[in-house]
Amino acid sequence: MTTASVRTTSPKRRLGDVVFANLTRTAGALILVSLAGVAIFLTSEGLPAFGAKAGELQGHDNFLAYVAPLVFGTILAAVIALVIATPLALGVALAVSHYAPRRIATAIGYVIDLLAAVPSVVYGLWGIGFLGPKLIPIYQWLDEHLGFIPLFKGPASPTGRTIFTVGIVLAIMVLPIITAITREIFSQTPRLNEEAALALGATRWEMVRLSVLPYGRSGIVSAAMLGLGRALGETMAVALVLSASGVVTFNLISSTNPSTIAANIALSFPDSTGVARNALVASGLVLFVITFIVNFAARAVVARYEPGRKK
Amino acid sequence: MAKSIDVSDLNIYYGDFLAVEGVSMTIKARSVTAFIGPSGCGKSTFLRTLNRMHEVIPGAHVEGKVMVDGQSLYDPSVDPVEVRRMIGMVFQRPNPFPTMSIYENVLAGVRLNNKKLSKRDADDLVEKSLQGANLWNEVKDRLNKPGMGLSGGQQQRLCIARAIAVEPQILLMDEPCSALDPISTSAIEDLIHQLKEQYTIVIVTHNMQQAARVSEDTAFFNLAGAGKPGRLIEMNPTKKIFSVPDEEATEAYISGRFG
Repeated sequence: MTTASVRTTSPKRRLGDVVFANLTRTAGALILVSLAGVAIFLTSEGLPAFGAKAGELQGHDNFLAYVAPLVFGTILAAVIALVIATPLALGVALAVSHYAPRRIATAIGYVIDLLAAVPSVVYGLWGIGFLGPKLIPIYQWLDEHLGFIPLFKGPASPTGRTIFTVGIVLAIMVLPIITAITREIFSQTPRLNEEAALALGATRWEMVRLSVLPYGRSGIVSAAMLGLGRALGETMAVALVLSASGVVTFNLISSTNPSTIAANIALSFPDSTGVARNALVASGLVLFVITFIVNFAARAVVARYEPGRKK
Repeated sequence: MAKSIDVSDLNIYYGDFLAVEGVSMTIKARSVTAFIGPSGCGKSTFLRTLNRMHEVIPGAHVEGKVMVDGQSLYDPSVDPVEVRRMIGMVFQRPNPFPTMSIYENVLAGVRLNNKKLSKRDADDLVEKSLQGANLWNEVKDRLNKPGMGLSGGQQQRLCIARAIAVEPQILLMDEPCSALDPISTSAIEDLIHQLKEQYTIVIVTHNMQQAARVSEDTAFFNLAGAGKPGRLIEMNPTKKIFSVPDEEATEAYISGRFG
């Protein structure tokens, strides 16, 4: 059939198809419009902060000096969370997809999914009321014995409300999303690849290393990045747990901690006016951009690994 | 190093389902034995019990004895991982490791055996194995390219190179040519002829001409009936099977009057 003949016989347009096509188009466009709306709001409201003078920004000279410690804290907390959560999530995902008996695996899967359904304020309460106090002796121990490492320089926080506690709470919060995605990828590993490894005399772990992990590599990266995105933006738990003082420090266990952008907005917004309020919105814009970059980076990484895989 | 296999009264199960019943046979060392029969008659299932790959499917198990040179494969003291290192396998569809280069694919099994290889030994082994699989001349200039970039027939020969790199005693092939074109098939068949000098080869095939071309002995499997387990009908020298088989069912199958 030639192209011309296709053109001459215009296909019958069915009402259902037209309606459905337009519905999906609208839904797609709506996403773009709302994203653009958020970006425009953040930019226009935040703009005055970029020209703010000293004295208007909680004692900072300019907006950059104001936002830099917040960016630092945000990234530090998210990275701690990711460092803890990713290996744990991979372990859980592997256990569920390749090790545990089916019935137990399903149960573990449900419990992990349930973790995702717990509201973040509950995690915050748990962090401040339970986890923090329980961690105090550990922080003291770290301070005493590993104090020569800058990360544990101390003095140990007497309340346990440190950036490290926040990192642990965030790790538990991002665990479900990383686990869910990697579990899905791992269980899709082609049987043929797994059997190739087993037939060569691979043990279970060697089989995982030879076939499951390489197959899931890009999935692991994108899962971790999605987790990172969630950890970056998490507000409530951080605002509750962290005793923040806006410093820049790698000391993870002391009572002076860098704050995060999201927590700072949540805590300061109700009491701020004028330029201070603009500055908060502008810091929101910075967070927005960081999240964007993380997502693009994730896509780039995934795309880089993609050619090695059979499509 | 090639070894013979003795199977006696082997019943093969998937959970409670008896898939293959009462197989007894002797597979000679340094020769090619072909399994033929209709789909679902259990020949692949039976093949997979010969290197304990059957049991990787949850619930799958066997009853009976498989002896390789006097050593029982299913003895409780035998580690299935060791069995699979001794008995190599080539699958129906080529399955090189997708993220590895040609070079690394050949060495994958050797690295599992925890052998420390010097660079020179590794190079030699890769060359020897690829030459053994008749693939060396085609890939020697691109050993570091991904194995998935090869054609289907080349990938299958890469898988054979990977299997023989660990110097197994027996090589099992599960319809190794069914996903390949006639030219690649012919290359693999030539290779089988060469390999039987050193290895005991067992090949499952749907292609009766192929069985006639490559094998010394042929075993014909068939279902006892719908829903009943598969059985070994007859095992004889290939010449005899394809000219004057003992069983009428064999005659019917190879002459196309199936039923």
